[in-house]
Amino acid sequence: MFLRQVWTVCAKDLRSELRTKEALNSSLAFALTILLLFSFAFDPGADQIQEISGGLLWMSYAFAGALILNRSFARELFNDCLDALIFSPVPGAALFLGKALASFVLLLIVELACLPVFGIFYNVAWADRFGWHLFVLVLASWGLTVVGTMFSALTVNLRMRELMLPMLLYPMMIPALMSAMHLTTVLMSGQAIGGDHWIWVRLLIGIDIIFTALAVALVEVVLVG
Amino acid sequence: MRTKVIYALSIFAALMLVRNLYVIFLGLPDEKDQGAIYRIIFFHVPSWFTSFAMFIVSGVASGLYLWKGRQRNDELAVAATEVGTVFVAIGLATGMIWARIIWGIWWTWDARLTWALITWLIYAGYLMLRRGIDDPTARARLSAVFNMFAFTSVMITYKAIEWWRTQHPAPVLTIRGADGLMDPLMERMLYLNWLPMLALAVVLVMIRMRQEGEQREIESLRRMAHAL
Repeated sequence: MFLRQVWTVCAKDLRSELRTKEALNSSLAFALTILLLFSFAFDPGADQIQEISGGLLWMSYAFAGALILNRSFARELFNDCLDALIFSPVPGAALFLGKALASFVLLLIVELACLPVFGIFYNVAWADRFGWHLFVLVLASWGLTVVGTMFSALTVNLRMRELMLPMLLYPMMIPALMSAMHLTTVLMSGQAIGGDHWIWVRLLIGIDIIFTALAVALVEVVLVG
Repeated sequence: MRTKVIYALSIFAALMLVRNLYVIFLGLPDEKDQGAIYRIIFFHVPSWFTSFAMFIVSGVASGLYLWKGRQRNDELAVAATEVGTVFVAIGLATGMIWARIIWGIWWTWDARLTWALITWLIYAGYLMLRRGIDDPTARARLSAVFNMFAFTSVMITYKAIEWWRTQHPAPVLTIRGADGLMDPLMERMLYLNWLPMLALAVVLVMIRMRQEGEQREIESLRRMAHAL
């Protein structure tokens, strides 16, 4: 029952997004623009590119992701849809997980579209160890979306929503972002994940679990009060 | 009663601090490798202890607010967070002064330092979030939820010197499992200097809480006046 409710909310969000494509298009275009801007900041052909590739990639993901997450609850403001959702017999946790899942899928689409583009433009080996790449992508993106969706709900009724969300979101994203940057850099420079790198995988998994648990437990308070 | 406690604690903190300064500068010898600059540890570590203590208090207060919904817990949470943020700034500043002498640089991006800065930014975000919400109940509720998330970064900062090999010194205190790395006299001084800092923090929290309570009262009076 609970999973059906989660799925209903998720499908609703995805459907409305795929019909308008407003968040998806803008965040994809934004991510590509950032990747382009990075090429002016340093020499894109240099060898050091592999050492900073993870950082570059995840920075653009984080910026693009904030656009998607900003829309997650803000899109429900028109026609008082948010109130209708809160009054509906769906528990807050299901509403939250459904919305998080939808944003997660959208973010993953943007990331998977950017990865080959980045690989081509900056000449890094993105296709090697693709399974590991996917593993890092999924774990880190989930961490970003959980915090992002939660803070999207937190700031939805604020006067300065557009300003407040990035300011709260980015510092809180750092644990997941930092691990993802490190692991992606390791993968892009052709190494395997092992030894010292496991701490980052553990941190990533820990962050995902802690933030998901906190968000599911507290979302009811945020939405209903 | 509360005013008396505030005065008593302030006097205790001042006297203790004067006594400690005397011992730190005239009683204890220079450190073998670092020379005179090591003395900053007596302010650096206690101010981090104080800030962690404040964030723990703030986290517990926010948790209690979410559970019971008492306004006083919200007042305690915001007061403790503000004071904790100040002590983080002191911790960062003293650490940077030490680093300039010992490492030759003000800052390095190692895990401990980075996490400390992130913690500071997150709690600054908490304080700004409060300013962005007008309705007092919504402000208390939403910032309490945010505080629960913020506390995870305190945990990571605390554990960072064990999880990563950092440029920041590894644990030297006996309570963190490092036995005999620090002279017992110096370690005792460190805790002794924590007392006045903690007392000062408690004083500041009490003053800030009173202020917060009065502000709430003024706000409700103003709303009442508008309703009439």
